Amino acid sequence: MKYSAISLFANALSGHKKWPVQFPDKEPKKEYDAIIVGGGGHGLGAAYYLAKRYGITNVAVLEKGWIGGGNTGRNTTIIRSNYLFDESAAMYDHAVDLWDGLGQELNYNLMFSKRGVLMLAHNVHDVQSFQRHVHANRLNGVDNKWLSPEECKAFCPPLDISPHRRYPVMGGALQMRAGTARHDSVAWGYARAASKLGVDIIQNCKVIGIRRDPDGAVEGVETEKGYIASKKIGVSAAGNTSVVMEMAGLRFPLESYPLQALVSEPVKPVMPCVVMSNAVHAYISQSDKGELVIGAGTDQYTSYSQRGPLHLQEHNVAAICEIFPIFKRQRMLRSWGGIVDVTPDRSPIVGKTPVKGLYVNCGWGTGGFKATPGAADMLAYTVAHDAPHKINAPFNLDRFVGGRLIDEAAAAAVAH
Amino acid sequence: MSLFRKTGRGVVDDSKVINFTFDGKAYQGLEGDTVASALLANGNHLMGRSFKYHRPRGVLGAGWEEPNALIAVDRGKGRVTPNVRATTQEIYEGLKAESQNRSPNLKFDMGAFNNAFSMFFPAGFYNKTFMWPKSFWDKVYEPFIRNMAGLGPAPDADDPDVYASTYGHCETLIIGAGPAGIAAALSASKSGERIILVDENAHMGGSLRSTPNIEIGGKPASKWLEASLKALTKAENVTLMTRTTATGYYHDNFVALAERVKHHIPNAKIGKVREALHRIRAGKVILAQGGIERPLVFNGNDRPGIMLASAAQTYLGQYGVAVGNEVAVFTSHDSAYQAAFDVADANTRIAAIIDVRSTIRDDLIMGATQRGIKIIKSAAITKTFGKLRVNACEVYEPESGKKTKINCDAILMCGGWTPSLHLWSHSKGGIKWDADLAAYIPDMPNENAVCIGACNGDFGVAAALSAGHKAGGGRKAYKTNEIEFGSGVVLSSLPSYLDSSKQKAFVDFQNDVTEKDIKLAVSEGFKSIEHVKRYTTNGMATDQGKTSNLNALEIASKAVGKPIEKVGLTTFRPPYTPTTFGTFTGYRDNELFDPTRKTPIDPWAEANGAAFEPVGHWRRAWYFPKDGEDMHAAVARECKATRESLGIFDASTLGKIEVVGPDAAKFMNLMYTNPWSKLPALGCRYGLMCREDGYIYDDGVVGRMAEDRFHVTTTTGGAPRVYRHMEDYLQTEFPELDVWLTSTTEQWAVIAINGPNARKLIEPFVEGIDLSPEAFPHMTLREGKICGVPTRLFRVSFTGELGFEINIPAHYGRLVWENLFEAGQQYNICPYGTETMHVLRAEKGFIIVGQDTDGTVTAHDAGMSWAVSKKKRDFVGKRSLARPDLVAKGRKQLIGLLTENPNEVLEEGAQIVDDPNQAIPMDMLGHVTSSYWSEPLGRSIAMAVVRDGFDRMDETLSIPMPGKVIKAKVVKPVFYDPKGERLNVV
Ligand SMILES: Cc1cc2nc3c(=O)[nH]c(=O)nc-3n(C[C@H](O)[C@H](O)[C@H](O)COP(=O)(O)OP(=O)(O)OC[C@H]3O[C@@H](n4cnc5c(N)ncnc54)[C@H](O)[C@@H]3O)c2cc1C
Repeated sequence: MKYSAISLFANALSGHKKWPVQFPDKEPKKEYDAIIVGGGGHGLGAAYYLAKRYGITNVAVLEKGWIGGGNTGRNTTIIRSNYLFDESAAMYDHAVDLWDGLGQELNYNLMFSKRGVLMLAHNVHDVQSFQRHVHANRLNGVDNKWLSPEECKAFCPPLDISPHRRYPVMGGALQMRAGTARHDSVAWGYARAASKLGVDIIQNCKVIGIRRDPDGAVEGVETEKGYIASKKIGVSAAGNTSVVMEMAGLRFPLESYPLQALVSEPVKPVMPCVVMSNAVHAYISQSDKGELVIGAGTDQYTSYSQRGPLHLQEHNVAAICEIFPIFKRQRMLRSWGGIVDVTPDRSPIVGKTPVKGLYVNCGWGTGGFKATPGAADMLAYTVAHDAPHKINAPFNLDRFVGGRLIDEAAAAAVAH
Repeated sequence: MSLFRKTGRGVVDDSKVINFTFDGKAYQGLEGDTVASALLANGNHLMGRSFKYHRPRGVLGAGWEEPNALIAVDRGKGRVTPNVRATTQEIYEGLKAESQNRSPNLKFDMGAFNNAFSMFFPAGFYNKTFMWPKSFWDKVYEPFIRNMAGLGPAPDADDPDVYASTYGHCETLIIGAGPAGIAAALSASKSGERIILVDENAHMGGSLRSTPNIEIGGKPASKWLEASLKALTKAENVTLMTRTTATGYYHDNFVALAERVKHHIPNAKIGKVREALHRIRAGKVILAQGGIERPLVFNGNDRPGIMLASAAQTYLGQYGVAVGNEVAVFTSHDSAYQAAFDVADANTRIAAIIDVRSTIRDDLIMGATQRGIKIIKSAAITKTFGKLRVNACEVYEPESGKKTKINCDAILMCGGWTPSLHLWSHSKGGIKWDADLAAYIPDMPNENAVCIGACNGDFGVAAALSAGHKAGGGRKAYKTNEIEFGSGVVLSSLPSYLDSSKQKAFVDFQNDVTEKDIKLAVSEGFKSIEHVKRYTTNGMATDQGKTSNLNALEIASKAVGKPIEKVGLTTFRPPYTPTTFGTFTGYRDNELFDPTRKTPIDPWAEANGAAFEPVGHWRRAWYFPKDGEDMHAAVARECKATRESLGIFDASTLGKIEVVGPDAAKFMNLMYTNPWSKLPALGCRYGLMCREDGYIYDDGVVGRMAEDRFHVTTTTGGAPRVYRHMEDYLQTEFPELDVWLTSTTEQWAVIAINGPNARKLIEPFVEGIDLSPEAFPHMTLREGKICGVPTRLFRVSFTGELGFEINIPAHYGRLVWENLFEAGQQYNICPYGTETMHVLRAEKGFIIVGQDTDGTVTAHDAGMSWAVSKKKRDFVGKRSLARPDLVAKGRKQLIGLLTENPNEVLEEGAQIVDDPNQAIPMDMLGHVTSSYWSEPLGRSIAMAVVRDGFDRMDETLSIPMPGKVIKAKVVKPVFYDPKGERLNVV
């Protein structure tokens, strides 16, 4: 059934009893042409693009819990593409291009809201770094512009730009076509659209082993629901990627860290945009429900526990109140953590692996939600063609051997 | 006295009348009242509007679980607190409360048209619409949704209040001061160990406050409570904290307590602590948080006047307030009978007890009969009537099909009880489903913790008291006269003759999630309870599902056709109740958010008009403007003065690490790319440090004090991470080395003296050091005295001029600075800041790590292959430097740039291309890393990293800027005194 105001109206008249299941619960078949491990936005999206763009419809998505229950459903939903390096700009801009119109394509409102993302500079080094981004983005055709402190304030009125703050605002880089989207809907929208194209979405089905043939190529996966054969396996398991890759005997250059976020109680609209500040490690937006959505930096220590320590929450909230003292009386409603997979250069790995038939999409760390459609498309392309697309080719695993890193973090935030 | 007040009851003081306003209307309450109890005493039930449909709502509960009665408390500018539960806000003289989420007023809310069209807004409706036209989302639909949503008013001014935080320790932390918690404290206090007992309410006693007539050991509960609290107050090892919520339970028995210090005080002064965060590390945690009553899910269960049975009991027992004149009770559990009896005994008419069950305990029937209360068995309420307050209900008896309309102005409901496992779950304690209780109860602990009383599923006062005593390490049986707490049935769907689509049976009151919504979610395939929660938003309101989670679970499990245990339970997460940002922030406000580090010379700079810039955690003098100069003019003057005669610079922020031990040189060989073995004592060397990946990490001049001792300097911002990096390697990779590291950054003040007159200036002040060029060559150091103060004197230069860096113990920094500055007047000494330092070093082509390098630049790329030892077997990063891509062609290399127009100063960060006319995306060769006006050279200079830059000498490259293209020639990045002759002026 196509979703629209009209169908909503018609179904209201029949008591909303006739809506079809959005993504049927399937039991696994014996064999698939391709299997995607991990039912987050990236995995579900990859299955959708395999079926939609690359003609492989006999596909299963295996999710150990419920779809969207990993970082897809835990992130602060910031979407932007004003990354520095050409490789990154191409990758993230591809994603933002896909975001635009994705709701219509999937016939599922993802509430992609281009409200603008403002990244604040608090010292001379930040200014230099952001201006470098602005210049590079301009020549890459990526939208990003520099704002003076007064322009920042005009764009985001609750911001405190007074020079006496401990971290005064010295300007900001604004990407207008950036914003937020509703995270759960992304998972559900892809799942529904993929199901319609014949993809099996199988929840509560943890992958516990990867079987390889005598030549070393993959031939299937062991799961909690039994063995499932497939010659192509795409892994998109975010914080658990190293665990899954080990099943194929691969050690991955990943470290997994808890990353926390929180929301306030809902209040009437006050934050028109997204604001990020690397210097104080905090970012904030307001959801359509009215909650202030706030995120921080990762824990200092690796862990698989999806909860973080109090002192990071304290720091996170204090940082927000430093740039927005106006929010000090608001209350934290809920906090949570996810496990993010971090590579040595903080850029993702999307491509082939040394094991034939095994493909990977991981290492998105703290920032992969924004890449969801792009990463999904690239993983699907790579699985379908047994070769990377030119956009994801630089994000290969070999770069950690050869040394051609795409070091966005190093490029951004080292104070001198 | 107001209509609904029953005098002489509870904690309120009948003699102390308190005036407050609600939505501008004046009300009177009594000291001890909450806003909710005071409004109810005035017969006012309507207190709020729901989130989505803007339905009129009264109180559901009497405490922290309240989803409906949310108000904004206004204490003036910047001091409006939104979303406060009326049920927990104590009234004070002059309190100003406003209802929320309504327009223009609570009784008449335009937003309620949502309610009229609610059939079009079921769960998840927004996923299905608002897609066309595409551009409408940002401009029309979303702004509309945002304005409709949001509960309390948004802030419009900074919060002027003060918050605090503390750390504390105790052997036993007891959370919840009901009968269980108090008994635990009494018994644990005997040990003499440190005990902390906290309760979120203004008074300790928990449920005992609501049931003052129960007798414990033959005495009224109120007397037992009084005696127990007295004993605890007297015990020196016991700390009692009220108005304090344990909001989060973190790893290793670390618990956050949020204390509301000033919420109940009239005219609370700004500047006094409003709320405090106490972080407690406890040996053992006893959770005695009690349980929360469950509402019944039936059509029209949300009209003002319909509330939890225990809430009515609390309003009566604790505040002496009757919730109506004619009250119906609707239950599936025995415990509601006690509430009904309490209400009846206070002379309020009970219209009927409607019990969905067919068999009822004899003692309950007897109790009802004695009081003349009618019980209607096997029946359910199927409709309620009334607009802004319930005035009747329809009772349906499915066996006979009979429908009766009963008049009532309040309905008390009870659908059983849910133990409060929130904190237990934060600690990752296990839980299990108890089919008899129809609730989750604690299973195996994950910390040294125990749940007791109702929060362990042991309902009833006697049971709670005994469990408490045992948890505190003692043993005692208690006798009470309470009616047996009893049991009940949990029914997700109550009997009704109405089609489910015609019903509005609320599960999550605040978020307007109905039974229908949950069934819709399941029928659309959302079968995990986490999916149900997210699709319907059940449990995501400001009460975090305290009254709705279990009902939702029950309904979902039925709809899915799986037992509850298989559907799961949503995860509880901190905070237990919403907690003010200020409380988390504590003292870390503005200046204290991240204390600014200042050098000993900073006050001098401030007094002499310096402009400052933040660098890492430091603030540094940026430039010293004179007579209204701008930065450009000041810097030009400072550069000129230094090059021509003498400049003085505060370099105290440089990181300093003392590397000491028999293996110090070995360690230095491993940490830096340069060789150290042959550096003689009192020699200096520029050191370059890599990460494992071969990229430049830090740099700085290192002096060798002795065979086994190095004075290492780092960049200002890099000091902590370099120290950590060294420690990390020392402890994990090279533990066999006998080396100690000490951070000495703050031990030394550093004054850099640069310029042709540098030696002349310091000569008269120095003792014990021969300053002559032969005795004290460039890149060496000496120990002696300056101005009578011990010094490590380095002859180094970051400007290309004759230079000295004077290290003196930090507290002499200012003294030495002032002496030198005074004596320097004869040479027109010029104090300069970081900007001039940057320009002077750029003229010489010295890099700034983090500006000219960015974590992707190797020593070779930076033109500093000379700093990388080819002979050393190993150093951190060596292996990586040999990786194919680090030696391949096409790397970005550091070069100098001279613009064609010498007056044009490039923008730092500007991108460089070969062909400015190419299409976007352009092929970028690199970017400008440093760019300045050079006064001595009379032109602009720049440094840049450019692809294959070393091979491009004399090429002209383009820098496309908005509206123009700048051309520049590639040169060697040494612009001034390339031969280095100025270092040697005599
Ligand atoms: C607190 C927080 C805030 C964030 N904020 C942002 C932000 O603002 N902007 C942004 O762009 N990014 C953000 N991110 C990062 C972003 O969430 C992730 O990069 C992105 O969602 C990853 O998507 P995914 O589909 O790869 O991962 P996930 O959604 O985590 O999906 C991986 C799935 O794999 C499943 N899985 C794992 N192991 C197995 C197995 N053995 N068998 C079967 N299934 C398995 C997991 O259950 C999971 O559902 C944030 C992350 C966190 C934690």
